[in-house]
This record gives sequence, structure tokens and C-alpha cells, in this order.
Amino acid sequence: MFNSSLRALSAMLAERKISSVELTQEFLARIDRHNPDLNAYITVDPEKSLAQARIADSMIAEGRMQPMTGIPVAQKDIFCSKGWLTTCGSKMLSGFVSPYDAHVIEKFNAAGAVNLGKTNMDEFAMGSSNETSFFGPVKNPWDRKAVPGGSSGGSAAAVAARMAPAATGTDTGGSIRQPAALCGISGIKPTYGLVSRYGMIAFASSLDQGGPMAKSAEDLAIMLNLMAGHDSRDSTSLVRDEEDYTRDLDCPLEGLRIGLPKEYFAKGLSPAVEKAVQAAISEYQKLGAKVVEISLPNTRLSIPVYYVLAPAEASSNLSRYDGVRYGYRAQGYGDLVEMYEKTRAEGFGAEVKRRIMIGTYVLSHGYYDAYYIQAQKLRRLIARDFSEAFGQCDVIMGPTSPSAAFDLGEKSSDPVEMYLSDIYTIAVNLAGLPGMSIPAGFGENGRPIGLQIVGNYFSEAKMLNVAHQYQKNTDWHLRMPSIE
Amino acid sequence: MQWEVVIGLEVHAQLSTESKIFSGAATAFGAAPNAQACAVDIALPGVLPVLNRGAVDRAIRFGLAVGAEVRKRSVFSRKNYFYPDLPKGYQISQFDLPVVLGGEIAIFVDGVEKTVRLTRAHLEEDAGKSLHEDFHGMTGIDLNRAGTPLLEIVSEPDMRSAKEAVAYAKELHSLVRYLDICDGNMQEGSFRCDANVSVRPKGAEKFGTRCEIKNLNSFRFLERAIEYEVSRQIDVIESGGVISQETRLYDSVKDETRSMRSKEEAHDYRYFPDPDLLPLEISEDWVEKARHSLPELPHAKRSRYVSEFGLSSYDAQVLTSSKEIAAYFEEVVGIYSDPKVCANWVMVEISGWLNKSGIEIADCPISSRSLAGLLVRIGDGTISGKIAKEVFEAMWNGEGEADAIIESKGLKQISDSGALERIVDEIISNNPSQVADYRGGKDKLFAFFVGQAMKATKGQANPAQLSEILKKKLSA
Repeated sequence: MFNSSLRALSAMLAERKISSVELTQEFLARIDRHNPDLNAYITVDPEKSLAQARIADSMIAEGRMQPMTGIPVAQKDIFCSKGWLTTCGSKMLSGFVSPYDAHVIEKFNAAGAVNLGKTNMDEFAMGSSNETSFFGPVKNPWDRKAVPGGSSGGSAAAVAARMAPAATGTDTGGSIRQPAALCGISGIKPTYGLVSRYGMIAFASSLDQGGPMAKSAEDLAIMLNLMAGHDSRDSTSLVRDEEDYTRDLDCPLEGLRIGLPKEYFAKGLSPAVEKAVQAAISEYQKLGAKVVEISLPNTRLSIPVYYVLAPAEASSNLSRYDGVRYGYRAQGYGDLVEMYEKTRAEGFGAEVKRRIMIGTYVLSHGYYDAYYIQAQKLRRLIARDFSEAFGQCDVIMGPTSPSAAFDLGEKSSDPVEMYLSDIYTIAVNLAGLPGMSIPAGFGENGRPIGLQIVGNYFSEAKMLNVAHQYQKNTDWHLRMPSIE
Repeated sequence: MQWEVVIGLEVHAQLSTESKIFSGAATAFGAAPNAQACAVDIALPGVLPVLNRGAVDRAIRFGLAVGAEVRKRSVFSRKNYFYPDLPKGYQISQFDLPVVLGGEIAIFVDGVEKTVRLTRAHLEEDAGKSLHEDFHGMTGIDLNRAGTPLLEIVSEPDMRSAKEAVAYAKELHSLVRYLDICDGNMQEGSFRCDANVSVRPKGAEKFGTRCEIKNLNSFRFLERAIEYEVSRQIDVIESGGVISQETRLYDSVKDETRSMRSKEEAHDYRYFPDPDLLPLEISEDWVEKARHSLPELPHAKRSRYVSEFGLSSYDAQVLTSSKEIAAYFEEVVGIYSDPKVCANWVMVEISGWLNKSGIEIADCPISSRSLAGLLVRIGDGTISGKIAKEVFEAMWNGEGEADAIIESKGLKQISDSGALERIVDEIISNNPSQVADYRGGKDKLFAFFVGQAMKATKGQANPAQLSEILKKKLSA
């Protein structure tokens, strides 16, 4: 049952083969068994989860069932959840119980979904390996020596280890797609503005976007149906008609034009990943797709541009953690300035501090034009590359990550090396485009490899269709790590 | 050496929206600490700002009223600094692309008109308050004010004296109230001034180094702070020193300004566009709607009072100095159509009594309708102007409407010529020697007879009629 799709679970609930309480208990038991080792969850609160499950069961009994009613979902600990510890992976918020629900959480609650727990993540979503979490790293269910990716590593590991049927994630530079790839699951980062950021703790506001992580494209579509939608409390939330993201899942791919950016298959890409991606492309060709070579010449600029803009926004977004109103406050200080300094020195980890310092620097008088303004201009060039490419193709494909999961500790002392692991995902955030990752094989070490699919703005339904057709013809997404 | 003073003002006008500029919390003054601070105002993790259109509407109205450019596209930026009453660690403001650009305001100093140019006006949020008393060595934070919408109105350095600065501030104060965009309550901090002050040798082209004096919350403090600062700067320069650019605070108790922070200590605010807010786009349509909703503005009103009512420009200026006075006056004129008489009563009696009682026209115990009722009775001869002042005082004290007071106190003017003739006859027969002297050429004695008659009638004799009868009988 823990291996079932969302549709199958929903059918079992509808047919009363299982109750939401039983389903929730089953997953709570799996969390009990595997989480001490994997550390995918920061907070599990069976009482709260089961209370929600009981509500879901009465909704089902009353015939008020929706596709996600009664289904347990793991929530990334970046989403404020009323009454739940909401830490964002930081010591700064290690005691913060949110007094309100994020828009996304409200939607899950209203639909009768069950909050299964809050998943581990890199501190304030800053990291690609989950090693920056104050609560310790998550281990990759496929190989305990490997990182699960980040920042949504807890969500990815929870789904991979079947400790949740599905989870939420957020993606600022690859934080849904890269851990999905490294843990062998599916994840989609929607078009910027599709999912409300209200209550989603900000890292870099112009890049942050929430999205679902699950076992299959079909599950993602069901989750996205719930998560997407306008929210007047987020000024960057788009006003659009509601869409059914499952509507095109079964469309044939005959004539699909797949753009392969030559820059994505250049130096730095591991041979195993290249091989797996090429194999996936061949599979698509068998399904009737055509391959077009495209160029995204400014891709090489995306990491430097990102590491100016994201820290700039972060340095300001994280100013509110000052120890005054909530969150961690240092003990023993002589005056206000010392309280700020000690609180922030003790409350933030090294990577967060590094980015706050970079961001403060690039926004400083005399550097702003050279860094921030310049990066904004380049950001437009990067976005233009994509819009030109979409003149020639329907979707862009390539690797999600240059390699399969690396070892815990392998890159944690070399920030730049770590940053490079997001080379294929970051440009998508800079352009605000939707991007997804689906399982496409394994490396020699048995660690999963992800195929990245990038679509044009608002083409999520098309991308999910493209992913679903692949999953109908392959079984990579059905593989699960060898845990009971 | 002769010195010239150069002053520019930055005024923070609190906009009169019901809710805050980026949240739905109420803006009302005086609530219990933090009772009006919602999740957004407290800057909880994950919250986001949503712009209040009412605040933008008010900025547009202001821009139109001062003849400024209302920009089609402006941008909100973050001004980053740490302070306990600044919950996000940044203030959302406008930096390089403000909503209102340029404009000008006419001021009057000693009857002379002068134009002060505006640099810009931009929207921003207010911070909370730090309370340093009653917390036993700690500081209390009240975030009720955090997020209150402000329009910061920045002038060019066009003022040349403290008096001009005050005239400008008063004109602006009057304007924002006319526009109904700010309640102008200075005690509650709804209208706050910062003054940039410098001096230079008369005739010099280059400005001197300026100091900014913060948070002047009354016109009197504004004037005194500038005067103090000007003499301080002149003293420093004349004794061989130099002025250093700095921010200074005015201490109203000691009546002096003192240094708050130097230019070197000034923050680097690291402004950048707020990624949580889209650029503010203002359509032509929105501007036109705002234009149509504008009330008659002070300068238009002033010229109408001169042309339509025949008032002097001085009177017109006094009556239009506040929206409420002008409205009161116009209501009185609406009922009693002698504008000059109405103007006199409003400017002399009403204003005088308001001043004496220390209250605003909104709390005036005599309504415009009641005052007009009194003026009608002067006009139709029921009472004299002199008696009217007595009736006015009774009205002020809440004794009722003019007619009721005239009736109950028996103040009705005696215009009955028969009655007046009998009184005059009696006076003539009781004062034979004065009559003889008057008839012998002592014209001044006429006043004596008027006095006698008024005494006999308790002042109620119709003066014109009485004088006519006296003249007739005395010359007989």
C-alpha cells in the first residue's frame, strides 16, 4: 500500500478499503521505522496527523471527498503550519511554532489531506545536499553514505523511502528537482507565481517557488491541482483560470519537439548521467518525439548571476530574524547591537551567514551597480535564451544534476563545488520557467539519475504529459530503495 | 558678514487609510500596544506585503493637487537597517522611482506670495515605536504604527527663513487636509517635519553644508529648531569652525538641537527593489478618476472668494487656511448672503472665541447654521450689531439659538418710532441745559443724548432710527 499511487490510495479510501486513519498510521509506522536512520523528518506529531485523518474520514463518510482527501502528505518545514513547529531547518527557528498556515497548507487542510510531518531541509533552503540543516543531514535512502540533495532533501528522501505518498518542496535554484533526481523520485517546480508564496518562508523572493514531489508525474499533477492557484496575499501570485493538470497526461507525444541544449552536455557532466539522459531521449524518440539541438549560450552565467541575486534578496529577507519578536535569542548581551550580533552569529549556520554576507556586499553602496544591477541585466539575457529556444522546441531536456548523489561531506567544505551541482537547474529559476525532474536510471554506484524537463511558461500540463508518457513506458519511477 | 539661510523640508504625512499600507490591520490611533499588529506587521516568517490601493489613491490626489507628475510606473524598494521597532529589518519605501515627481506649493509670508518647488513625494510604511519607560531597563516595542502608510513629501531647498519654512509646512498641512488624505494631527504624529538647514554668505551660489533636524512635531518647534540651528551654524562658521553634515535632534525643553549621528555613522541602506511587490502601475484612468474626485483646492478657493464674494485677498487667505474654516464660512454664506459680514463674524468672533477656548472649529459650540441665524437677525433689524455680540456669547455658552435668546432676554431692538419718540421727549425735558447747549452749537453733545436713550432702552433702540428722531426733535 505504501507503494501505491495517489489515485490508487484515493480509490481505496473511497471504497472504504482503508480509512485515512489507517493509512496515516501505516505511514507513521514507516516513519518510526526508518526516520531515525534517514532523518527525513524534523517534526512528526502523530496526534495532530491522526486528528486530521479523522476529519478526513468523516469528510469521506459524508461524501465530501476530493482527490487528496484522506491522503497523508509530508510538508517541507519551510511552510508555516499552524500549531506545528516550523523551523526552516534553522536553529534560529528551532522553537518557532507557527501561529498561521501558509496558503499551500490551507489548501491541503481544506481538501482534507493529512499533514504527516515536517520534512528536513537545508537551513533556509540554502544548500544542495541537506547538510546545512541545523537538524543534521538527511541520508539518501538509496545509499546512506550519499546526500539526498537539497534543499528539499527531507521531502525527497521521505517519498523515496515511502515514508510519505507525496510531499511538498520549494525550489529557488533547483531545490525540488535536484533532490528529486538524487533520490529517484519526480518533482516539479511550476512557473514562478503559480503557487502562492504566502507562508512559505522566504529565501530569495523572486526565485522561490513551491511545488510537489511524488513518485510519478501523475501524482505530481494531482498534487499541483491542489497547490496552484491565485492568492491575493501574494502580490506575485498570478491571476489565472484554474487548470486541471491531469487533463493532458494521456496525450500521445507524436511530433513533440525536444530541445537539447548543447551547453547541458558539455564538460562537467558525468558519463553515467549523460548516458542515462541519452537513453531517455532515445525512448522519447521511440514515442514519436523529434530532437532539436538548441543553444542556451548564457547558461554559463547562471551560477554567478544567481549567487549575486539570491544572496542579495536573502540578506534582506533574513533580517527579520533578529531575536526581538520570535525565534532564537542569544543569552547574555550587553546592549542591543550585541544582542543582534550574538543572536545572528549563534542562530544561523555557516552557509546562511556566507550568503547574508555576499548579499550584503553586493547591495552595498559602490557595489550595487557592478553586481546587483549587472546581474539583473544578465538575468534577462538568460530568460531570453529560453524564449528563443522555445521558438524551436516544445520542451527542453537535459540532466537535472551533473552527477548522481555525491557522498555526505564530499562537497560540504567547498561551497563553489557545491554551487556547481545546480548548474542545470538555476537558469530555470532565473527565467521563472517551470522545470521538473523524473527518474531516468542509475549510476554505476546504484544511485539514481534524473532527467530534467523544462517547459515554457504555464506549460505544466504539457510537461506532466511528457513525463507521464515516459513513465508509462519505463519503470525507473517504480524502483524503490531496498528498505522494507 | 551677511548670511543667507537655506531650508528644505521633508514632511511625513500619515495617509488616512483605514488599514495599513501593506496589511489589513487597522491604523486607528491609541489602541493597546500591539493590538493592531497582524502577522504581516510583526514580520512573521513567510508573510508578504500587499499594497493598499487607498494609499496610492491618496498619493495620486496629492500629486495632482501640487501640479506634479504622477508616474505611470513607480517601484517599491527596501531600505535595510536593523532597529527593534522595524520588524522586517527593512522599511518598504520608494527610492529611485517615486510615485510623485516635482510639483510646487505657493506660500504667503507677510502678504507676499512665494513658490516652493517640490522634489518628489513617495509612499512608504512607518515603523513601530520603541518605549523606553516603564520596562525596568528593557525596551518595549509597540508595532501598532508599523506599516502605517506615509507620504514623504520632499521640497527643494527653496525656503530662506524659519518663517518661510513654517508657512510652507502650514500650507502643506492645510492642503493634505483639504485633499482628505491625512488628518494632520501633529500631536499623534500624523504630520511630521524634518528640516534640512544650511547657511551661506549672502550672494554665494554654493550651498553650505546642511544638517538635518529630525522629528519636529509642531510648527512652533519647527520654527524654533531652525532658528536655533541657523544661529548655531553661523556661530560655528564665524568662530572659524566648519559645519559637518549630520543628523540632529531638536530638544524642545532645552530649545536646542544636538547631534544624533554624523555622516560617517550614516547607514548604508542597501536599497533594492522589493521582490515581493510588483512595480506600481498607475493607469491614465485611475489618475483621471482621482482628478475628478479632487475638491476645490485652497488657491482656487482663494481667488473665488475674491472674485465671487468681493473679499480682500487677506480675508480670503485667512478663511481658506483650513478646509474646515472655509467650509464653515461657506455654510454661513449659503444662508446669509452678505459675504463680508459673514467673513467678519467668522474671522473675528468665531476665530477669536475658538482661540480663547483652545478648540478647533469642528468642536465649535455654534454651528454655521446658528451663526447665520444670528446674522439674519442683525440684517432684518431685530437686533443691533452690539446686542448681537451679547447674543453670540449666550449662544457660545449653550443657551440656545439666536431667536430664543433674543426672545427670552428681551433683546429685541426697539424700532417702534412712537415708543422711541416718547423716550426722546422725556430725555429732552429732563435735560434742559444740555438741550440748550446743543442747540447753541455744541454738536458733540449729540452722543450724550444717544447714550441716554440707549440707557433708557437697555441698548435695544434701533440706532439709525434713534439718531433720526433725536436729530428731528433736538433741532425743533
